[in-house]
Amino acid sequence: MPDDTPILLMEHISKSFPGVQALDDVTFQVNRGEIHALVGENGAGKSTLMKILTGAIPRDRGTIYLRGQATEIDSPGRAQALGISMIHQEPALIPYLNVGQNIYLGREPKGALPGFINWPILYAQARQQLGKLNIAIEPTTAVADLSIAQRQMVEVAKALSLNADIIVMDEPTSALSERETETLFNLMRSLKEQGVTIIFISHRIEEVLAVADRVTVLRDGQLVGVAPISEVDMGQVVRMMVGRELGEMYPKEEVQRQEKVLQVRGLSRGNELHDINLELYKGEILGLAGLVGAGRTQLARALFGIDLIERGEIWIDSQKVRIDSPQKAIALGMGFVPEERTSQGLFLGLAVRHNITISALDKVSRLGFVSLREAARLAQDYVSRLAIRTPGLQQKVRNLSGGNQQKVILARWLSLNPKVLILDEPTRGIDVGAKAEIHALMGQLAKQGVGIIMISSELPEVLGISDRILVMREGRIVAEFRRGEASQDEIMLYATGGERNSDRQKA
Amino acid sequence: MTVKRLDSLVEVLRRFNVFLIFIGLCVLLSLLSRDFLSLSNLLNVALQTSIVAITAIGMTFTMLTAGIDLSVGSIVALSSALSAGFIMKQGIPTYLAMALAMAVGAGLGAISGLLIVKGRLPPFVATLAMMAVGRGLTLVYTRGWTIPIMLREFTFWGAGTIGPVPVPVVVLVVVFVAAHIVLSRTRFGLHIYAVGGHQETARLAGIHVDLITIMVYVISGFTAALAGIITAARLYSAQPNVAAGLELDAIAASVLGGTSLFGGVGGVGGTLVGALIMGVLHNGLNLLEVSSYYQKVVKGIVFILAVLLDLYTKGRK
Repeated sequence: MPDDTPILLMEHISKSFPGVQALDDVTFQVNRGEIHALVGENGAGKSTLMKILTGAIPRDRGTIYLRGQATEIDSPGRAQALGISMIHQEPALIPYLNVGQNIYLGREPKGALPGFINWPILYAQARQQLGKLNIAIEPTTAVADLSIAQRQMVEVAKALSLNADIIVMDEPTSALSERETETLFNLMRSLKEQGVTIIFISHRIEEVLAVADRVTVLRDGQLVGVAPISEVDMGQVVRMMVGRELGEMYPKEEVQRQEKVLQVRGLSRGNELHDINLELYKGEILGLAGLVGAGRTQLARALFGIDLIERGEIWIDSQKVRIDSPQKAIALGMGFVPEERTSQGLFLGLAVRHNITISALDKVSRLGFVSLREAARLAQDYVSRLAIRTPGLQQKVRNLSGGNQQKVILARWLSLNPKVLILDEPTRGIDVGAKAEIHALMGQLAKQGVGIIMISSELPEVLGISDRILVMREGRIVAEFRRGEASQDEIMLYATGGERNSDRQKA
Repeated sequence: MTVKRLDSLVEVLRRFNVFLIFIGLCVLLSLLSRDFLSLSNLLNVALQTSIVAITAIGMTFTMLTAGIDLSVGSIVALSSALSAGFIMKQGIPTYLAMALAMAVGAGLGAISGLLIVKGRLPPFVATLAMMAVGRGLTLVYTRGWTIPIMLREFTFWGAGTIGPVPVPVVVLVVVFVAAHIVLSRTRFGLHIYAVGGHQETARLAGIHVDLITIMVYVISGFTAALAGIITAARLYSAQPNVAAGLELDAIAASVLGGTSLFGGVGGVGGTLVGALIMGVLHNGLNLLEVSSYYQKVVKGIVFILAVLLDLYTKGRK
């Protein structure tokens, strides 16, 4: 290419959300016709940057230069018109229309009569478009009948038919098998030969190294570095992604190992979980690290009886148990604080006291009638013990801060005296002060003998608070570390599949 | 194993969908009652089905966008009253009166659509309100009285025949063919499926989602008004309480015919068969002298089975 202006330059981009500086003066430059990887941990700001590029959200500061011109991109439609297409993790096609209809949706070739569609031409064009990419899918196939990988290819074909010359792929491989991934990479390479520029977002460093020309690393909303792939190795990229100091924010008292409270043998479920073995001791905090989609939430859901396990055994207090419903799990002394706090954990429109007591109503009821006084006493008790900041028990949970909401959920479980508590991303979106309180609370619970499994994507948190850490990848447990044995880099290596020898377990 | 067998049964039902049920039902009834297969009875079934089927075709349009129109029963009543009343009370020429009644139906549909699109009301709420308003307007206009109408030019559309075929059946066929062509061959039709399938994607593809949403309620209002005129013509009178609960029959016919309550899937072909199933069921129960009280129970059960079938097959995807 004689023209060496970068096709895209996003300069000094900043964006803040309430309480979070999502992007802080980030400059991102992409050359024409390259495959440019954008990497970073969860929350590093990759998605925010791409949402700004594709017009989904406005930026606070900064300038976007497209093909050398300062450009405003204020809507996804505008981005599309400017030749920028985004291919999402979950392809956004219309499932019950067929492939051809999806590719030319809104741009159907006109038929003989006004309002009618020239179907033969539509399918012929679609077939041609797919053919250019060597995609062997009939245009008349319903999208609902395609695999995720095939849907992504259809999205690529759609993007090209829109004359897109910048294609953003957001974690396209997260749901693909190895072979499908290879096919996708070949497609990406052939797009590159056709002069299309690709921005490739991925967690998986090995993939980035395999397919990208350059890589930009973000961390905590800031640009960490840009490098040609030929000049970096896996270790360097990982260090750039995680490289921060471990604070002293995570006080966890050492706990003596006591007896096992939970034991899992050979647990498997479909494509999500493969041969999971783990044990949890009384008073232990077991950290579950891994990337989004590694199967950590699936494991929690399986343990709690939300998703039924297909193979494997679970023991609680050395009793073999069958957990086939959340009710059963609760009866066996388990508690689960889901990741989606507001949608799965709380009744936002109900008062604090109802949210706390709703699972423990049996304790405060006589003959099926709830004693309001006792329920209020129970709720008040937990509000004081957990220092939940609320104007009163009648306050709607919707109006509390994230940290206090999380404490309300914890209070609900504590009122049931659980033996095992599973916390999925317990401090996500919670400010620093409340975070420390929740960590302290977890430590306290552990001291009282509760076994805690904590899923967290924040490595400092996992490292700081866990007695033991399990790393998951692709539905398997790939590594185990004792407290103090692990480092962020090491965990990240296992989580991203950098460490090939996945059988090696430190115990 | 039984679950698996049930699965494949459901799959068969979904594929060849309701058509098999329909044929099965017809065979069953022809064995149970000698009168069932006579030409006059079959035409009778078709006649009885036509009003529900015409309304259900409009309903299918709204359901394809993941909406619903609860106001169709009221619009049928209002359009009955207005068409008969305009002719008999206001002395407006017959065809102008009919056109006005249909315009009112379409207009009420447009208001529902606007409330849904601009007011961001759930379709259920907007059309529930329209259901009350429509019935209320009917009562206001008729003051609760029946408006008799004997004018042949008008009653022809409900009670007349072309050859042996009742006119409402002919109207149904015309409406059905038109609706089928629109849904399967035109941009508008395709975009209806797109809006119901994935609204955001449709918007991104430059489809006028709002306009399409409004249009499906206009169509639903229009078909309901058409059904209302036929109703008045058939009964030689407009009765203010006619067609109460018709919306349920229309929804049941659509769902039975494979149109999903969640939008994006289905079509008027299934709806027609769904309406025929309900008509045949009604007719058969009458021939078998089942009391009309029990018939309501049967209708309710059929509706539940249809929705369960929809949820179950949808849930497995």
